[in-house]
Amino acid sequence: MVIFAICFPFVAGAVIARAEKSSKMQSNLVLYSALLEILAGLALAVVFFAGGSKDIDLFLETRIIDIIMILGELFLMGLISFMAWKHKKFFVIPLTVIPTLAISWLELFATPKMNLIETSHIHVDRLSVLMVLIVVIVGGLINIYATGYMKGYHHHHPEIKDRTNFFLPLLMVFLGAMSGLVLSASLIWLCFFWEVTSTISFLLIGYTQTKEAETNSFRAIWMNLLGGMAIVAAVFISVYKCGTYDLFKMLGSDPAAIQFILALLGFAALTKSAQMPFSGWLIGAMCAPTPSSALLHSATMVKAGIYLLIRLAPAMSGTVAGKMVAYVGGFTFLVASMLAISSTDAKKVLAYSTVSNLGLMTACCGIGTMETVFGAIMLMIFHAVSKSMLFQAVGAVENSLGSREIGDWNGLIKRLPKLAVVIIIGILGMYTAPFGMLISKYVAFQAFVDSGSIILVLLVAFGSATTMFYWTKFLATVFSMRVRKPVEDRTLKGEYISLYIHAALVILICALLAVVVNRIVDPMEDAMFATDFTMLTTKDFGIMVCLLIFTFAIPFIAYFLTKNLPEKRVKAYMAGVNTGDGNEFIDAFGNPKDIEINNWYMEGWFGEKVLNKPSYWASSAFIVVMLIIAAIGGTVL
Amino acid sequence: MKNLLIAVAYIILAPIIGGLLSGFDRVLTARMQGRKGPSPLQPFYDVKKLFSKELFVVNHMQGVLIISHLVLVVLTGIMLYQGHGLLLTFFVSATAAMFFVLAGGSTDSPYPALGTQREMLQMMCAEPIELLTAVGLYMFCGSFSAKDVISSGSPAIVALPGVFIAFIFVLAIKMRKSPFDLSTSHHAHQELVKGITTEMTASYLAIVEVAEWYENVFLLSVVALFFIGSGATGIVWGVLAALVVWFLEILVDNTSARISWQNTFKLSWLVTLILSGLNLLVLNLLNAGGIF
Repeated sequence: MVIFAICFPFVAGAVIARAEKSSKMQSNLVLYSALLEILAGLALAVVFFAGGSKDIDLFLETRIIDIIMILGELFLMGLISFMAWKHKKFFVIPLTVIPTLAISWLELFATPKMNLIETSHIHVDRLSVLMVLIVVIVGGLINIYATGYMKGYHHHHPEIKDRTNFFLPLLMVFLGAMSGLVLSASLIWLCFFWEVTSTISFLLIGYTQTKEAETNSFRAIWMNLLGGMAIVAAVFISVYKCGTYDLFKMLGSDPAAIQFILALLGFAALTKSAQMPFSGWLIGAMCAPTPSSALLHSATMVKAGIYLLIRLAPAMSGTVAGKMVAYVGGFTFLVASMLAISSTDAKKVLAYSTVSNLGLMTACCGIGTMETVFGAIMLMIFHAVSKSMLFQAVGAVENSLGSREIGDWNGLIKRLPKLAVVIIIGILGMYTAPFGMLISKYVAFQAFVDSGSIILVLLVAFGSATTMFYWTKFLATVFSMRVRKPVEDRTLKGEYISLYIHAALVILICALLAVVVNRIVDPMEDAMFATDFTMLTTKDFGIMVCLLIFTFAIPFIAYFLTKNLPEKRVKAYMAGVNTGDGNEFIDAFGNPKDIEINNWYMEGWFGEKVLNKPSYWASSAFIVVMLIIAAIGGTVL
Repeated sequence: MKNLLIAVAYIILAPIIGGLLSGFDRVLTARMQGRKGPSPLQPFYDVKKLFSKELFVVNHMQGVLIISHLVLVVLTGIMLYQGHGLLLTFFVSATAAMFFVLAGGSTDSPYPALGTQREMLQMMCAEPIELLTAVGLYMFCGSFSAKDVISSGSPAIVALPGVFIAFIFVLAIKMRKSPFDLSTSHHAHQELVKGITTEMTASYLAIVEVAEWYENVFLLSVVALFFIGSGATGIVWGVLAALVVWFLEILVDNTSARISWQNTFKLSWLVTLILSGLNLLVLNLLNAGGIF
């Protein structure tokens, strides 16, 4: 089952690539492969849970697979080097050549001579099964959505060459690579899958082949390669110092010895999860077609970093590496949410909010107590589903409306009601009491105070305020209503299927919150921290569950209360100068003029021009200092 | 059972206290301006009258959102008195404020639209110190619950003077008092007509008014929490402190001019960051927690 989940997308990708562009055949192939992959993931989960949720170790002897992987890595190296050469981005070449050659050497020549601890290469446990489920369900749905979306996309952008026979297979392969990543116990395998995801994202971002896409895709690849390099360095230290390249055995060795390894892996996770100063690549990824940005964001790429951090969290707690990760995360949470306020582009708001949310997860992992890891996992689950739904909805609105400027979205609930409802569910799922983000903020505050990190507390307090601002702004825009011309909903059936399933998933997770917590997250924590942990018994958490039901119920009750109230419909108040259907007023020259209400972006305060540079410098300097401290092996802090 | 009683008592008593406070606010304000002012019961008459008026509605959705706002505002108060976590209470309070913003923005009418945007800004100004107040009280007594704050022996103000000053500073924003009455004002000189509430009429406006009473009671209760010590005298001190702060807000309201949103934002964040940030850092050092 494991092998199938990982390898099938690679095969399916090859098949889809041969189908005719934008044909019926192609769509069907994608649909069935995605469904098969989802089934494979579900089957894996069923087998795992039916077997008593015991950890499974696979692949002890893997010489042949290793060699295939090395060939794969060399191929990726060649591909990236070729692209870099072609586009004259020479600085990228050493970033891919050095680590790839180094790890190939290590695997082919160094390790066979060494007496390493016997290791398994695949490790199936609760966390990896959860990750596989997120990847295949959310990712699979995005694949299905993509077939419909790409048709609309090329209809709107005739100037861009239709390369769907390149795009869709890549999306499919991505699922396999991600599943491989989260199931790998061997750091060398993890490194391989890590590079595959980096490369695919590079190719997807470059899809439109415009100048902007080129710049952004190379930004993405160099940042991700830097992270890959850190992993390779970590593998080397692990092999020579701890005598193993097994992630779990490494974590089990002497805490002082693995300090620097943790810092390096943490650093890699920061690049993958687009934390400051590496947030640029994720924002740049927005120029790609929506399925790739939705996929890159919510389901896979960025979660790979968080996944790694969750794995490391118990070991990182209280160490230099942990502090580095926590503070960069907290800082990113605040700065990215400010940048989200100043963004006028809906997709960009979502991108920044993703970075910001990842920051909170990162900060939680960096502190690494049971409560914060719980918060991180909950937020990750909510975020995966809500955010990918939001991205798809935004893409669909853009296809219908022809704009993704928030300013043009006024009254969406009247103009595209179905999509608006999906967006509202998504946003509520993201931030209002008492959903995902709140739980993690709640546990984060307590844990930050307990660990004495007042600066982190301040970062999260101010970050909460700015987060509130951009989401409320977004919601208010969608909710506002005026009589306007209706818009033709161009959303295709495939897209709606995916959107509705997502919406149902969000509501289902909320409704079954207690089950999710008791059955999935709590036991995961027990295994991770080797204690008995029950979040639900915490008094406030019970209240949160009650609130959840309450918040859903209130608007409905209120609706029925006001339904039959006698009321007189009037036009909006405009100091008595309204005219026409209520959308116009008489201006100073006596002519009717359309009113236009703009949004508020506070660019002078929170704009990219104001914030980008200082925050990049501050976070880079901080990371460098912390890495040096970790390298010296000091426990100064 | 006890919790149910507390809830019922709060639902009944809070608007009476809040309404009376609002009435005396008007009397005091009038006296400060050299007028006689209305009866202290005037707010109740106003609300009663509003309920009997014909409902003018631009967008039906607005009523739903306003009622949701009221319910959540009431809930925050109940949560405080039942002793649930303060942090969670403030989160719910923020959600309540969000519903009010959505109600204001839902009409897409120019004056409320501006008022709504300012209301959002004011939320952003107030949110950090609300959360930090909860954190400060947690550091003070090791619990987020109001019960434990009270039973800790000494009043929290001893440990949290900076947080307290920042809190009453921002309280003016939450109570919509000058110089921060940007989104809507109690006085008849708002440049935005009635700001965020411009399109709210009759019973809907009455609900907003009642929600404000509840909210003021909730906020002043938090003020009292800083001063409540042990025993009956402790509670007297708390109530006295709340009344003094309430009087101060009225005094400032009548002696200062409205300032721009830029200054509101800058001032509130700076005061929060410096006063409460330093306060928490010092407290943390005293608790032997270090800075980093």
